[in-house]
Amino acid sequence: MTPAFADIEVGYELPSQQFPITRADLVRYCGASGDFNIIHWNERIATSVGLPNVIAHGMFTMAEAVRVVTDWLGDPGALVDYGCRFTRPVVVADDDNGALLTVTAKVTEKRDDNTALITISASCDDATVLGKAQAIVRLA
Amino acid sequence: MALNQEFVGRSFPPSPVYQVGREKIREFATAIGDSNPVFHDPAAAAALGYADIIAPPTFAIIVSLKAVTGVAHDPELGLDYSRVVHGDQRFVYTRPICAGDELVVTATIESARTVAGNDMLSARADVATTAGEHVVTTYSTIVARAAEEAGA
Repeated sequence: MTPAFADIEVGYELPSQQFPITRADLVRYCGASGDFNIIHWNERIATSVGLPNVIAHGMFTMAEAVRVVTDWLGDPGALVDYGCRFTRPVVVADDDNGALLTVTAKVTEKRDDNTALITISASCDDATVLGKAQAIVRLA
Repeated sequence: MALNQEFVGRSFPPSPVYQVGREKIREFATAIGDSNPVFHDPAAAAALGYADIIAPPTFAIIVSLKAVTGVAHDPELGLDYSRVVHGDQRFVYTRPICAGDELVVTATIESARTVAGNDMLSARADVATTAGEHVVTTYSTIVARAAEEAGA
């Protein structure tokens, strides 16, 4: 069930998670999302336009990052606002490991209407990949 | 290249109806590795009060970005789509998207700027049911990187 507003304090840290991202994940996301931008699956083209390698869809990273929030909420419908900037590409090498996304999140503000602001941090290789990643959730 | 300022403030006719399918939601949830039962199992969704399975929060991009990229490809806008990356994204939800929803999208161009040679287009997409119930509004900025710059 959705966490109770009264039980949560500013500074509360949500359970963090790590998400491995492989080339196969990107191909699957291309199909499911309909975003077949070639830089997400073709190394030759990705490097030709100045990228270090194939990169993950920003939307894929955004989808993974918010799982820390929705898993905690239980009911994902309690999420009322979610936004971020895509500040650094997630580079996915053509090997068995790919990239590893680490996501942490904490409550940074409680508001009068039973909602809370959650600040999300997403990083790969110790470098932040999303900027101003924030969610607003409605607590019980 | 500067973007055509005549596009700013322009709203586009509502999109064709997007029918939200249960299997499409499951496919999307599986693709992002999310096994939350409310995205897969109608009984689990019903237990939370939903009429059918709901979609993960970022599923809305499937519905909205189609409308936005249609605008971005308009040659009169002057955006070099071959150099486009996603700059930022925000979703403001009235309720989750639910299997069985019939959705229409109305896209509006909010700004078109050039910053340090990068063309930045910000668009809003209001997603509502065919009955007029608001579901989610998405805010997207796409960036056409300056030609001389490498990296994303």
